[in-house]
Amino acid sequence: MNRFAALLDRLAYEPRRNAKLRLLTDYFRHTADPERGYALAAMTGALTFKEAKPGLIRGLVEERTDPELFRMSYHYVGDLAETVALIWPAPGHQEAAIPFPQGGGDIGPGHNNPPHVPSLTEVVETLATMSKSDLPAKVAGWLDALDETGRWALLKLITRELRVGVSARLAKTAVAQLGQVEPDEVELIWHGLEAPYQDLFAWVEGRGDRPETSNPAPFHPPMLAHPLEDEDFGKHAAADFMAEWKWDGIRLQAAAGRDGDGRSVRRIYSRTGEDVSRAFPDLLEALAFEGSIDGELLIVREGRVQSFNVLQQRLNRKAVTPKLIAEFPAHLRVYDILFEGTEDLRALPFAERRRRLEALVARLADPRIDLSPLVPFASWEELAAARADPAAVGAGPDAEAIEGCMIKRADSPYLPGRPKGYWYKWKRDPYLVDAVMMYGQRGHGKRSSFYSDYTFGVWRDGPDGEELVPVGKAYHGFTDEELVKLDRYVRNHTVNRFGPVREVEYGKEKGLVLEVAFEGLQRSTRHKSGVAMRFPRINRIRWDKPAAEADRIETLEKMLERGEKEVHPLKDRQTERSKA
Amino acid sequence: MALRSTDILTQTPQGLYCPLGDFHIDPVRPVQRALITHGHSDHARAGHRSVLATRETLRIMGVRYGEGFAGSTQEAPLRESLRIGDATVRFTPAGHVLGSAQIVIEAGGTRVVVSGDYKRAEDPTCLAYEVVPCDVFITEATFGLPVFRHPDTRAEVRKLLDSVALFPERAHIVGAYALGKAQRVMALLREEGYDRPIYLHGAMERLTELYKSEGIPLGETPKVAASERAKLAGAIVICPPSSIQDLWSRRFPDPVTCFASGWMRVRARARQKGVELPLVISDHSDWDDLCRTIRETGAGEVWVTHGQEDALVHWCTARGIRARPLHMLGYGDEGEAEEPQAATAEAGDGA
Repeated sequence: MNRFAALLDRLAYEPRRNAKLRLLTDYFRHTADPERGYALAAMTGALTFKEAKPGLIRGLVEERTDPELFRMSYHYVGDLAETVALIWPAPGHQEAAIPFPQGGGDIGPGHNNPPHVPSLTEVVETLATMSKSDLPAKVAGWLDALDETGRWALLKLITRELRVGVSARLAKTAVAQLGQVEPDEVELIWHGLEAPYQDLFAWVEGRGDRPETSNPAPFHPPMLAHPLEDEDFGKHAAADFMAEWKWDGIRLQAAAGRDGDGRSVRRIYSRTGEDVSRAFPDLLEALAFEGSIDGELLIVREGRVQSFNVLQQRLNRKAVTPKLIAEFPAHLRVYDILFEGTEDLRALPFAERRRRLEALVARLADPRIDLSPLVPFASWEELAAARADPAAVGAGPDAEAIEGCMIKRADSPYLPGRPKGYWYKWKRDPYLVDAVMMYGQRGHGKRSSFYSDYTFGVWRDGPDGEELVPVGKAYHGFTDEELVKLDRYVRNHTVNRFGPVREVEYGKEKGLVLEVAFEGLQRSTRHKSGVAMRFPRINRIRWDKPAAEADRIETLEKMLERGEKEVHPLKDRQTERSKA
Repeated sequence: MALRSTDILTQTPQGLYCPLGDFHIDPVRPVQRALITHGHSDHARAGHRSVLATRETLRIMGVRYGEGFAGSTQEAPLRESLRIGDATVRFTPAGHVLGSAQIVIEAGGTRVVVSGDYKRAEDPTCLAYEVVPCDVFITEATFGLPVFRHPDTRAEVRKLLDSVALFPERAHIVGAYALGKAQRVMALLREEGYDRPIYLHGAMERLTELYKSEGIPLGETPKVAASERAKLAGAIVICPPSSIQDLWSRRFPDPVTCFASGWMRVRARARQKGVELPLVISDHSDWDDLCRTIRETGAGEVWVTHGQEDALVHWCTARGIRARPLHMLGYGDEGEAEEPQAATAEAGDGA
């Protein structure tokens, strides 16, 4: 566990991709099976044990430390797992529990025999089989045995918060680099493999055969687009490109094939290669083809694409019931094809693949799978106009679910990753609103101890005249320099303190105006104002603007009405339920 | 009858003041008579009429501010009592940096210890901390939260050496405070058997020479010449913290940004500074050592000068020790005491 922890620790600080690869490869080369295989599983999200809840961790640490000191520490560090890792008292050194000795006795750590330090293998195998009631004692024992870094890694692992800047793709690439294997070859057999991947390591190290790919519907890394920059227009001729709408859904890859016995195997993968088939049985049913296609998951009701908010309601449910499927029918709007049968189409030009895709969709003739239409344009100006008003150029009522344009070179091959010069995304401009800062909260992660999360409000009519009502909270969009200024502003204008939150001065005469950008709006019962923003961020700090001139709630209400043309087949029933 | 602690020591805008001896300790503004605990620039400032400090601290001040840094200077021999006005004063090692001392003040049967900045961990570059039993103990609390437990410095230095082995084509740029930390890192590297030259930023040079002239072996420590920066693949280079991210460090071959500081214990701190290899090496006491030291002095009253005062005061109070925070301003301008909020403003002293 300590070696794995040291690797995670180092990776968490390393920004360079190549250095990360070197660290990973070095680890895989010098770590034995099955330990390295479980490490690979941990980094690719392939471990299946049930995660430990933060409450469990909190409970353990509260038995062992002064609650006041823990609270101060947590506010300072800004991350539960890290705070616990650092504050965890070594066995025999429970400072808080030991009565104050007369005359200054020396209580040093580690008098006892050093406890057994678990391996990652032991942790993973134990978690997979252990009953829930035995978990706290086991975790406490491990925490006693590990050092700070080990405890941090363990807590991140068991709470499934292991984010160290390593994608599954990068970890697989590192494995490939142990030998003379292309990362895509690992990708192809990946879904037929299981932790701790001894057969995979044996193959890349030249000690064994290529593992049988038992997956006739494998995942292929998708091709991604770059955001379009202003200067890109000058570089490219409009005639070389084709455009589609950018749908506000979830990118999926649908694959289908036949296994050794001729049975149809169908899979749906997320953009990162996660197998999400089980969440979409309705869509799986529609995959009556062989090959691999690329598209967007949407919810379509009565032929109309619903907003992302609606899609999210389906994604948020764990149990996929017939009722859920009926209320939130999944739909795949496709825009590319990678394989047809076993024929690899990825080297073909986009325009050619598109023709093959059109033919396939026509053959399928299933309402759950349709084509993402092309947006006709003769110049960049025309495309700009289409982007500004999709409804006017044929998007019709689906315009609400469009978040801009995708621009693709007609001759572009399908390349894994984010190659330069082929595909661009040109998102529509965000909504903007001027709001007044009301509260600042100390941030987490990179921003811990800075007041970096800001709650902001807009004006509405209250019982005693105009008042500010909070409409959202944002914690990014500003630069590091601006963060320092905002942090100072919060500290210097505090009127109330609530733990990690500070209320700042606000009113008609005083207060800081923040220009907030956001992608969408939905009704919410959790917010006093009745609205919730999607992806709010600080677009600009309006040091110059008087708080009295910030926007009113009516501005948001109007945006909301525009976005609320969704079809609700069961709306009446929902209304009744909410009344009850 | 014993004197009250506040008769012996009070708080003034200049800093801690002893009316019985008419002197200040580590004053932040020029005063008539200053007693200085150690050479860091937030404690040792120029412009006092007279200064009493250890021989090493006086030398350090001379290097930093020039020989005329005070009207007159007097050397305080360690562990020897001096009479100043109605107070008896003595300097005792504090283990913080070369020449650092606690100042023990006695009058009317009451003993007050002003510890300055101190640490209990082993340091090959300075004398070890000596516990002085006392009635009132005045402590810092730079790392006064139980999340701060400094690890074994040897393991931290090995982390650096492992990285040098894994990335031999890259230069490792280690940010370290010019006084104390830099020399301690060099000494630790030597103890781990690293015998190649350790390259220095120009700001490190004079203080490092001073350490060597005090008989502390640091091996070969050439100053980096501008022309050779690009050739230092695989080298370890030590510079002030403010230089780890600036243009100066970018001219080295694919530099690995390292920082030796107790703040590196908290991941967010390291990331805020863009550090890739944090080395948890501190010249301050960690939480356990702060608590241990308070217990060992047997003090019934504790004053906390600066840092994370609240937690340490809470700990003392829970154990029946009277404690109060002084919220002293002006300390922590240098070295590890900097508040993270000020991190972007001034990370080192640039001397």
